Amino acid sequence: MLGYLVNRTLLMIPTLAGVAILIFFMLRVVPGDIVEVKMRGDGGNVTQETLDYERKRLGLDQPLHVQFGQWMVGVATLDLGNSMWTDRPVVEEIGIRMELTLQVAVMATIIAVLVAIPLGTISALFKDSWIDYLVRIVTIAGLAVPSFWLGMLIILALLYWFNWLPPITYTPIYVDPVANISQLIWPALAVGYRYSAVVARMVRSSIVEVMKEDYIRTARAKGVFEKMVVSRHAMRNAMLPAITVIGLEFAFLIGGLVVTEQVFNLNGIGRLFVQAVSRNDFTLIQSIVMLIAVVFILSNLVVDLLYAWLDPRIRFGGR
Amino acid sequence: MAGAVSQPNVVYKARKRRSPLVDFCIAQPLGAVSGVAILVMLFAGIFAEIVAPYDPLNIDFGAMLAAPSPEHVMGTDAFGRDIFSRVIYGARTALTIGFFSSLFGCTLGATIGVASAYFGGRIDMVVQRFIDVILSFPIIVLALVVVAMLGRNQIAGVDVNLIFAIAIPIVPKVARVVRAAALSIREMPYIDAARAAGFSHARIIFRHMVPNVAAPFLIMFTAFIAQAILLEASLSFLGLGVTEPTPAWGLMLSGNASDFYREAPWMILFPGLAISAAVFAFNLFGDSLRDWLDPKFKV
Repeated sequence: MLGYLVNRTLLMIPTLAGVAILIFFMLRVVPGDIVEVKMRGDGGNVTQETLDYERKRLGLDQPLHVQFGQWMVGVATLDLGNSMWTDRPVVEEIGIRMELTLQVAVMATIIAVLVAIPLGTISALFKDSWIDYLVRIVTIAGLAVPSFWLGMLIILALLYWFNWLPPITYTPIYVDPVANISQLIWPALAVGYRYSAVVARMVRSSIVEVMKEDYIRTARAKGVFEKMVVSRHAMRNAMLPAITVIGLEFAFLIGGLVVTEQVFNLNGIGRLFVQAVSRNDFTLIQSIVMLIAVVFILSNLVVDLLYAWLDPRIRFGGR
Repeated sequence: MAGAVSQPNVVYKARKRRSPLVDFCIAQPLGAVSGVAILVMLFAGIFAEIVAPYDPLNIDFGAMLAAPSPEHVMGTDAFGRDIFSRVIYGARTALTIGFFSSLFGCTLGATIGVASAYFGGRIDMVVQRFIDVILSFPIIVLALVVVAMLGRNQIAGVDVNLIFAIAIPIVPKVARVVRAAALSIREMPYIDAARAAGFSHARIIFRHMVPNVAAPFLIMFTAFIAQAILLEASLSFLGLGVTEPTPAWGLMLSGNASDFYREAPWMILFPGLAISAAVFAFNLFGDSLRDWLDPKFKV
């Protein structure tokens, strides 16, 4: 098990290196950089010397391979450099926003699990009944409704029915849990709908599959209560594919929040990313992309480990 | 007895075959309904000039933020532009970008997938690692970076770079699925035969392998139109997709709409419904198409 863990962790390195190379050169092959945006964007009459000076200060005048080398050394020593726009360390810029985004992502995951597993199970057990059709329509709609629009509808509904709007300023959960939750639950619901829909569809289809297995018939034949058949035999086996989807979607949630954070005026990673992209802030863009890739790869790893832990065939299998 | 075989005395009557279209409608009623919904959108998009009651760009300061009424069935926006007309013209934008992004992304993905499976070995391994790398970007992050880096490039009123940016995240997903399908086709005797006959790699790939992955291709093409429409709406909402004054559903939810939607909810209600309906229809149609063509196939 330890060997497997080490092996998997080492396999992360080539993928991450690939991500780093791809994003680094994608940003730089096309002309236009932050100096243009910063200086020319103000409509100022800037001389070439000023532009050159600024490029030199930011290290953008160096050959690409030198820049890449410096960045890689930085990544290896966990020094991601300074934001080209604010001149503050990237780690600091990301750090103050990570907490918020991570919390929304975790809350959305909890919502998704709480909603999707019962919904998917009921839908599968009453396959082709009106409950099943209802759940299927609700879930397929969940894939179609854009989370940012749902967010706007949530705000409208709160305003219309309760004449209340969520607080605008962010309060960390350890300072005031009530204020914190009353602000962040809404974006979590907005992105949680799609998330639950994806997971519920997976739960449904895998329970439908499992219920056809021989061991379910055996369990019923030996007189196990239907409740036990479902909870002990069917659900435990059906959870494996569901966990994969939960893990994959969690990583993509961080990306999905890019849009939803705008609606709720949340100062999170997604918003920072959009700002960085529109300002051509290379150091910030590449750091956030790396961060998201790390989250993605780590959640894949966690899924695989959970698999091994939950499925004795893998745990004891001679791998 | 050989004669009996070569001269059958049974005259086969031409069996009445249902057309595939009728067969699809009977087997997949939901698919047929969503197909009709797509046709309606297509019609509205193509004949927007005739269907829409107003010019979508026509500013009317006399009717700013007007609530839905017989004159403006979906109300007007902060510039007094008719929202119904803008939703109709938005269908044109969404469908054009959705269709071409999905077509481009799926075609490129399928070609890479088939080629990767056909050549196998080291080429396959390198391509698969590269796909792994691209798949570890969330699609919107990748599209955002591409669109911001490439800037805008309008050809015939359509932003080609935007289509490209939306297509890029589709490529690795399609490539992976098509590769899996193509791996089993590669082992078929007719591929060996084609190789023995000395056909070129390109001919074997395009004439013998590609047609056999048509079913998954068609299914993914429909499903990814839905994804592309959603992605276009998100990018436009962020101000990095379609730009004003072009009517686009995502764009109608941003800018002025985000300032005024609390007082004028119709500004966001109808464009959002349009996005949801379009994505819903294409998803449902794709699902039905999958069940009809290939029940075992999963995207």
